Amino acid sequence: MSQQTNAPAAEHDLAEEFLDRSTPLGAIRNLLHRHPAISPAIVLIAAVAVFGGLNERFLEPSNLSLVSQQVAVVGTLALAQTLIILTAGIDLSVGAVMVLSSMVIAQTTVQNGLPAPLGIGLGLAVGLGAGAVNGFLVTRLKLPPFIVTLGSLNVFLALTLLYSGGATVRGGDMPDLLTLTGETFSVGGVNITAGVVMMLVLYVALALVLHGTAWGRHVYASGDDSEAARLAGISVQRVLASIYLAAGAILAVAAWIQIGRSNAASPNVGVDLNLDSITAVVIGGTSLFGGRGTVWGTLLGALIVGVFRNGLSLAGVDVLWQTFAVGVLVIVAVSVDQWIRKGRK
Amino acid sequence: MSTDDISGSEPILRATGLVKTFGRVVGLDGVGFELYPGEVLAVIGDNGAGKSTLIKCLTGAEVPDEGEIRLEGRRVHFKRPQDARAHGIETVYQTLAVSPALDVAANLFLGRELRKPGPLGTVLRVVDRQRMRQRAKEELTKLGISTLQDVTVPVENLSGGQRQAVAVARAAAFGSKVVVLDEPTAALGVRESGQVLDMIAGLRDRGVPVILISHDMPQVFEVADRIHIQRLGKRAATITPRTHSMTDAVAIMTGAAQDGAH
Repeated sequence: MSQQTNAPAAEHDLAEEFLDRSTPLGAIRNLLHRHPAISPAIVLIAAVAVFGGLNERFLEPSNLSLVSQQVAVVGTLALAQTLIILTAGIDLSVGAVMVLSSMVIAQTTVQNGLPAPLGIGLGLAVGLGAGAVNGFLVTRLKLPPFIVTLGSLNVFLALTLLYSGGATVRGGDMPDLLTLTGETFSVGGVNITAGVVMMLVLYVALALVLHGTAWGRHVYASGDDSEAARLAGISVQRVLASIYLAAGAILAVAAWIQIGRSNAASPNVGVDLNLDSITAVVIGGTSLFGGRGTVWGTLLGALIVGVFRNGLSLAGVDVLWQTFAVGVLVIVAVSVDQWIRKGRK
Repeated sequence: MSTDDISGSEPILRATGLVKTFGRVVGLDGVGFELYPGEVLAVIGDNGAGKSTLIKCLTGAEVPDEGEIRLEGRRVHFKRPQDARAHGIETVYQTLAVSPALDVAANLFLGRELRKPGPLGTVLRVVDRQRMRQRAKEELTKLGISTLQDVTVPVENLSGGQRQAVAVARAAAFGSKVVVLDEPTAALGVRESGQVLDMIAGLRDRGVPVILISHDMPQVFEVADRIHIQRLGKRAATITPRTHSMTDAVAIMTGAAQDGAH
């Protein structure tokens, strides 16, 4: 058998050509490349340490409760955003879809008097419908996701205002089920809302699905190199369509969490969270070029943004400088991603 | 025109009278093609001679206008690459069609992941990571790729030759009937090309017939049992490295000589 005699020679060649890990910097890059959640984890730990040192109130349970609640909505939006970005897309409409869904949930139950579960079901239908529209435009008409969602962002925003008449629905008028996501329970002095738990459940579920199922692998493969995925027999368009649907469903849950968090459904709150969700995903180490990243990185990214905003405001830093700092974080995160990818073909 | 029926057996893959036109351009003008069990058949020809159109018809990437294709004597109609794949014809593409961020095992089983037994696999569609890694190791060992034993390495950490090895291993693992290699060494260096040639020989040793499309004459003459020469949309000749020299092959390819020896 010829392969037996060839094996030793091949071994030498392949070992030689194996990735250069000789320099310490190269080794670090390699490590970050294989475990993209490491850098946001380090940033989060450092941020918590610094802000905790600057102001002892930062680490108090009441403040940590606040941070967790602030993160719940953005964290859920960012989860949907992660799915889209993993396939090398981007979704500018996540905030608008969430707001539209939350208005449908609130209006159908309060104004139209539908039972609360049905209202939430309709909100879910809105999320799925919005995902189907985005997915259809991306997969059938082959439009770039950026343009599709830039357009649908405005369409959903206009629909929200037309439907709601610009009026806010107060939480006090809603059935308890709708504001359930704002209910708190205490864990070691830290008040956790049901919305935070819901977000975490979604993260665990999606992590398991992405990691453990064939669909999850196809998501990564489609984002990584769509042509290679197609040649391997994966229906890339179908994967993309399913991604937008799944994101829509997650956005409906975000709508529910948002109602509980603000104890109201307002057509004007949360539309601009699309950029925060992208920020969380990018800081979390997911590559905008697709195929690389984890949902845990995104959760860390969302926490980093929350910790930065909260910590800087506790330290008495002007809100504009908070925005400045988050902006710098995004640019640093993307630069690190580029550096990690550099030298790879 | 001749067919060097060296094996004396029935062809595993046979095409007769294949015609494929693209508007006014005639890609294939009544081409015949035979691949016999256990052989490496090279397909050579100048640019525009129709070799890639021929291969696309055989692998389902194009549907011929006329003519028939028979696999093991049975008439087949490939509408899509998936159809050919379902019949056990696997193609390795020039473009190194692997997914860089996924590991070696995941790439080997991409698009046809093994699932866990029981409802976990059938209902929840959970993949069986352990079994895929095990099978991946076995396939690589069969191909004599001993250094790729760590099947958990992302493919992007591999060299071009190793990536091509993954692609070839994938084809070998699933190509139960025929493995087609389209310019498998075009993107590779000399040393890596040698490794791929070894793999081709290994496939033949395992009894898997291989169709090799290549521009590289020395390579073709090194590894092929028979050489199908395309010229102007037709089969100009089928020769063997034993009966013809490289100069003969080039002469037939360019039309400077007819297939005189047969």
